Amino acid sequence: MSVASRKAVGAGLTLLTGAAAALVVAMLAVILVDVVRGGAGRVSWEFLTSAPEEGMTAGGIFPAIYGTAVMTLLMTVAVMPVGVLTAVYLHEYAPPRSRMAALVRVAVTNLAGVPSIVFGLFGLGFFIQFAGGALDRALSPPGELHYGRPALLWAALTLAVLTLPVVIVATEEALRAVPREHRDASLALGATRSQTLARVVLPQALPGILTGAILAVARGAGEVAPILFTGVAYFLPELPGSVWSQFMHLGYHVYVLATQSPDVEATRPLLYATVFVLLALTFALNLVAIAIRTRTRRKAAAGH
Amino acid sequence: MTSIPHPAASAAKMETRRLEIRYGAKAAVKDVSLTLPDRQVTALIGPSGCGKSTFLRALNRMNDLIPGSSASGEILLDGRSIYAGHLDAVELRRRVGMVFQKSNPFPKSIFENVAYGLRIGGLSDRRELGERIERSLRSAALWDEVKDRLAESAMGLSGGQQQRLCIARALAVEPEVLLMDEPASALDPIATAKIEDLIHELKVRYTIAIVTHNMQQAARVSDQTAFFYMGELVEVGPTEQIFTTPRQQRTEDYVTGKFG
Ligand SMILES: Nc1ncnc2c1ncn2[C@@H]1O[C@H](COP(=O)(O)OP(=O)(O)O)[C@@H](O)[C@H]1O
Ligand SMILES: [Mg+2]
Repeated sequence: MSVASRKAVGAGLTLLTGAAAALVVAMLAVILVDVVRGGAGRVSWEFLTSAPEEGMTAGGIFPAIYGTAVMTLLMTVAVMPVGVLTAVYLHEYAPPRSRMAALVRVAVTNLAGVPSIVFGLFGLGFFIQFAGGALDRALSPPGELHYGRPALLWAALTLAVLTLPVVIVATEEALRAVPREHRDASLALGATRSQTLARVVLPQALPGILTGAILAVARGAGEVAPILFTGVAYFLPELPGSVWSQFMHLGYHVYVLATQSPDVEATRPLLYATVFVLLALTFALNLVAIAIRTRTRRKAAAGH
Repeated sequence: MTSIPHPAASAAKMETRRLEIRYGAKAAVKDVSLTLPDRQVTALIGPSGCGKSTFLRALNRMNDLIPGSSASGEILLDGRSIYAGHLDAVELRRRVGMVFQKSNPFPKSIFENVAYGLRIGGLSDRRELGERIERSLRSAALWDEVKDRLAESAMGLSGGQQQRLCIARALAVEPEVLLMDEPASALDPIATAKIEDLIHELKVRYTIAIVTHNMQQAARVSDQTAFFYMGELVEVGPTEQIFTTPRQQRTEDYVTGKFG
């Protein structure tokens, strides 16, 4: 290749890759500008704290915010212990070349690839019909369905299953990052394996584990398909009274506003505002998470 | 050069008999019978890969943690097998402490690093912890340098200070034997000299085995020297004799620098 053609190829590649990168930024910018322009002005304290009114052409979105928050919290409480314990088993306790560990890893990888609507069906079949049905047979008066129907808890558990791989992978990565030398130092001082885990390994892995929690929340809060059959409601006049109630959800509410309104023109500002809130919440969540992570990292580095 | 050990005067603190250690099918230590005399310093020398670290790690069962490793033969502490029922690996490691080649303080404060083994052992009284920590840091010749910054991170210490902190951490649990795997190999000459002085002071109370690549260091700090070659113990004897009149040709070639 001549000097000139080499230069031409180099310049071409720079242009091409630069254009691809610019396209990504441009798309994000278009979305943000559109959402902010259409939605920011419509968001008010009242919008955030009141319920939808008049067939969703007026009022606010408080029940959807509340439902999303409570569901995400329940999901986190369910997924973190199971995910962290599984990762600890895989990385700390399973013998090398363990069949069981290999099986779990295959399961985790495949779980991560399952389309989210399938999780919805799984939640319906396993949690509502199987687990809920069994609870009803045991606890409810004959013929009454108290547990075997869509509910906040079932939706949260379904999402917990969906986000399990995220937590397991992040936690295992965090455990892997703890240097072998620190484990050896602890063991050589006469610590048992569990003491080493509790006092050396887990504290150092904490930032990574929190990262897993953040990723799980970010993923779980936005998913709509898994909760369609397992707990979300189109419209509820009241907030969920217990984990057995149905609930409203921001993501689903966006879908409802966009497709089910009797008056599209009247709903449009509400739709924009709802999307704006959803995006703002996600960004805020990420910011809080990054702040926590940076702080733990700095603390870990400083060694306190 | 230090005094020549008197076989009758010092009992065996630790002893291996026909010790063999394998990784998978490959033997890394073969048929090694060696005695660590009580409160003396034994230097382990030999070319890279000859099994010094493996041998050392076997003495406190750290080698058992390596997947695929296996050992046969006997290892005795005070005349009793370290694999016998009266002792488990955890208890053994409190009696036979270890300092690693690469200093490995925890990312915690200086205080918490030294307190670690004590806390593990169930000590939580703040005053007693403080006393034991001061004593350990003094023994490791580090107290004067860190006494005003015990709450600061150990990661802020220099390499030599970190290694002495690791020694203090090992001393805090009051072991009887101290195993050191090239403890000064990553340090500058001044820090190395400090560690060597320290070893001189420590041998009054501890039985020490030290792996070193540095012939002068072995000659300066040890009472007894063991020369390993390809997993075998070629020769062991008083340090002076090993360095002046070795019995084996291979030992002489090694200590005079003909190979290494
Ligand atoms: N973790 C391990 N797994 C497999 N083989 C090892 C391991 N550690 C050491 N070996 C092998 O055992 C032999 C002795 O190694 P080592 O004890 O580290 O020697 P030295 O400390 O004298 O350099 C070498 O051949 C080395 O490759
Ligand atoms: Mg070595």
